[in-house]
Amino acid sequence: MLETIVFSLLNGLLYGMLLFMLSSGLTLIFGMMGVLNFAHASFYMLGAYFAYTIGLYTGFWVALFLAPVAVGLIGAAVERFGLRQVHQFGHVPELLFTFGLAYVVEELVRLFWGNVPMDYRVPEALDFPLFSLFGTNYPAFRAFVLVVAVVMFIGLWVLLKRTRAGLIIQASLSRPDMVSALGHNVPQVFTWVFAFGTGLAALGGVVGGIQLVTEPGMAFMMGPIVFVVVVVGGLGSIQGALIASVLIGVLQTFALSVDWSLAELGALFGYAVSQESFFATLWYLDTTRIAPILPYLLLVLMLIFRPRGLMGKRET
Amino acid sequence: MSASQTNARALADTPVARVWLQRAGPWLVAAVIALAVPLFMHSSHALTMLSHMGVMVIFALSYNMLLGNTGLLSFGHAVYFGLGGYMAMHMLRYIEATGFGLPLELVPLVGAAGGLLFGLIFGAVSTRRAGVVFAMISLGIGELVSSSSLMFTGFFGGESGLYGNRTVPASLVGAEYSSGLSTYYLVAVWAFIAALAMYLLRKTPLGWMANAVRDNPERAQFVGYSPQMVRFFQFVLASFFAGLAGGLFIIVDEIITAETVGMVQSGVVLLSAYIGGILVFIGPVVGAILVVFLESELSAITNAWLLYFGLLFVAVVMFAPQGLAGLALQWYGAWRAGDWRGSVAARLYAAGSMLVAFLGLVAVIEMAYHLFQHWNPEQPMGLFMFTVNVTNALPWLLAFAVLAAGIAVFIFHARPVMQRAIHASGGDR
Repeated sequence: MLETIVFSLLNGLLYGMLLFMLSSGLTLIFGMMGVLNFAHASFYMLGAYFAYTIGLYTGFWVALFLAPVAVGLIGAAVERFGLRQVHQFGHVPELLFTFGLAYVVEELVRLFWGNVPMDYRVPEALDFPLFSLFGTNYPAFRAFVLVVAVVMFIGLWVLLKRTRAGLIIQASLSRPDMVSALGHNVPQVFTWVFAFGTGLAALGGVVGGIQLVTEPGMAFMMGPIVFVVVVVGGLGSIQGALIASVLIGVLQTFALSVDWSLAELGALFGYAVSQESFFATLWYLDTTRIAPILPYLLLVLMLIFRPRGLMGKRET
Repeated sequence: MSASQTNARALADTPVARVWLQRAGPWLVAAVIALAVPLFMHSSHALTMLSHMGVMVIFALSYNMLLGNTGLLSFGHAVYFGLGGYMAMHMLRYIEATGFGLPLELVPLVGAAGGLLFGLIFGAVSTRRAGVVFAMISLGIGELVSSSSLMFTGFFGGESGLYGNRTVPASLVGAEYSSGLSTYYLVAVWAFIAALAMYLLRKTPLGWMANAVRDNPERAQFVGYSPQMVRFFQFVLASFFAGLAGGLFIIVDEIITAETVGMVQSGVVLLSAYIGGILVFIGPVVGAILVVFLESELSAITNAWLLYFGLLFVAVVMFAPQGLAGLALQWYGAWRAGDWRGSVAARLYAAGSMLVAFLGLVAVIEMAYHLFQHWNPEQPMGLFMFTVNVTNALPWLLAFAVLAAGIAVFIFHARPVMQRAIHASGGDR
């Protein structure tokens, strides 16, 4: 039992941190530009594919830096030549633009890399068990993912709260006109924030592609969950994104590893439900099958009862 | 605004019969086209495609009741389409099992009732707010329902879905629904009725209030209407028609899988409505027909069809946010008003340069697919009228040159020429 709990916590934390890497960029972009970037997970996917391909020539460590930079530049181009053009039409077309972009990116990835998963593996330097607990090894790469995520969170926090650039970004978030009047080029700030956010997603992809899977469907798999994280955490809030990521990561991992159902719970209290009764499907639904819907249930409930999310300052 | 006022004034001066003809004319034309099309396209493949178009027209129009009329951006409209379809499928199977006497023509109504039911449930929790909150709730509900298809395998039929047989139930009019033709006519009649109903709903106080709530919910509230209730009613009605489309869909395909409630389907209806144009009634109709046509025909010609599809959507969002039908109507209006006088040649020139760029782009994409996805890229491929070997540099250079030339001519010559011509002829709209 203890083993299950410890490992569920560790794995949940890991998954949560991966989610955080994706959602921090998304929440930053939303907080700044009011754009819910549907293509955000596509940049995560591009990060994984770029890192894989660059890594074939240079090894993992160079790719770890080059891939996010390359994706960030693509993000800058998308903002400069796509989003800015659509911006004049309002928020809905902006959202739809990123929606269409997600389709295009997926098709381009299928075109260049094919439909099969890539053989994107843990680099040799990190391919050893870090420690052993209850007779199960904990791979060093997972610890590395956690370290990258924590470094990213601290770096992001310092950047936003302790530097001049962060000050300008935060100011552009709430009073773009004033910032512009002070002589800052607000549209350019937007471009760089977008590039930075997509670069963060790509960094998530570089490590996430190894930890999970690198295939053309990966963006579609992660996209909606990242939205859940951002909305539950509160749009625009980095701390909220961190809390929501870990919450959802742990919740989902626990549901997958515990494998319980209402019927078993009932049996514990001496209440038996027959397999033939009308609501038997509901009673015998085990948690492993509920796990995929938990984040969305959380999303819907959160939006109904607390639309600004856990840490959000304003309503969406 | 002013155009409709002058229209109204013009209508007031004309005899009643002509007014009715003007109003009913487009509908009569649509009906004649819908009835006559099978004369020219009568292969079973074409009839299935036409039936799918009819289904998609209803679905896209129902979607536009939300997006275009009420300003509600939904990412989960397929929920009502799919659940309506499942309800109709269960009814079809029930008829087959028990001999229950519901005629096939009315089975779609079971789907509509299913859509209505779920619209009531989910609408109650999601229409309190518009904007991003609504969009996110609809996304959440969409994911919730499509994920629960794995949980409730009894209702959703698991991986393989559910099958039915449309020839089992009796017919109201004595038709045999074994052929694609009679099924198409069933779909066409329902599509006509549904489209007319949705058109007339726009003219009711609810329809107008929906527009008001879309444009300015605060003011709508001051007039004395609750924006939440208006959104809720529109949502429920849209779900009703989506369910109707779902019910027709299972009659055409005789199978339904959990994909029909999924995100992809929700995405397709959003794309259809938007590509056609969400601010004109005909927009989603055009979009639905175009999208089904591309899905069915383009996918047979090229592997890259999803890419073209995505690029088309992005291009519409970027350059023609009023949609293709909206753009066509806008151009037609400008042309009728004489705004194009003196600039037609320049416009054609600009369009021609864009066409050249487009052909270059198509060549690049097709060659890229051949190079990366063909088992043997050295094998020559047919491209337009040529046969090219994509492992040589020459065709690539040519294709990129055509693409670049088209774009360059448009930006540096054709567009300035067109703008000058428009300016010179006095029309600046």
